[in-house]
Amino acid sequence: MPNENPCELEIPNDFLHAKEVEDRIVEQAAHCGFSEEQTFAIRLCLEEALSNAIRHGNGGDPTKKIRICYAVSNEKTEITIADQGTGFNPTAVPDPTVRENLETPSGRGIMLMKAYMNSVEYNKLGNQVRLVKLNKAG
Amino acid sequence: MKRYGAAKIQVRHHNGLTLVELLDEEILDESTIAAIAETLFAVVEDNAPVRMVLSFSRVKHLSSMALGTLIRLCKRVEESGGSLKLCNIRAALLEIFVITKLNKLFDICDTEEMAINSFIA
Repeated sequence: MPNENPCELEIPNDFLHAKEVEDRIVEQAAHCGFSEEQTFAIRLCLEEALSNAIRHGNGGDPTKKIRICYAVSNEKTEITIADQGTGFNPTAVPDPTVRENLETPSGRGIMLMKAYMNSVEYNKLGNQVRLVKLNKAG
Repeated sequence: MKRYGAAKIQVRHHNGLTLVELLDEEILDESTIAAIAETLFAVVEDNAPVRMVLSFSRVKHLSSMALGTLIRLCKRVEESGGSLKLCNIRAALLEIFVITKLNKLFDICDTEEMAINSFIA
């Protein structure tokens, strides 16, 4: 069922708690009529964004928190994820598809988020990202 | 058929090839990926120089971190004189490889049979 008002929560900086939130948001999106393809995209991008927050933003520090705000409706799923780190410049991430970076094991998360979401926006500091997925069938 | 550890991969051997099936549906988070990586690298070491076919038939979700592990696996296989082919990747996951252009890096076959035959050809 859709949550008409944004839901805000703060979770510990670990993958276990992140997955609980992922599952909750994906389930709501499915109930709102997002297709299997769309919920696949939402899950992937949530995983990428939360992984970045946990590992890079918060530096894997278990004492830090992640703040998540999300709203799911029949029209769109909107998620904002903020970490407690000092931020980064998302435009400075090297292109992972160029030849010299192709064998680099990391650096593809942002690319995948931009490929699968209708909108990916970072705040000025770079420690908060807003993801929007439209339900085009809705 | 041999199971390796908690990561639940299945390993079979066929005509000098090492056929590996990933059993997790979701290869997303750090701990799952680390466990799978540990077992895959053990398979590489146990069978070096390995000619490996890695099947994704049961995998429904994987993250960029998993892609990074596959890259490291591929390098390890090649450094030991072996070769790696991926197969049975469903369309939604294959799109991830295409978007990241990793379909140019990895040798991807539609089916396990095609991967096996490509070693023979």
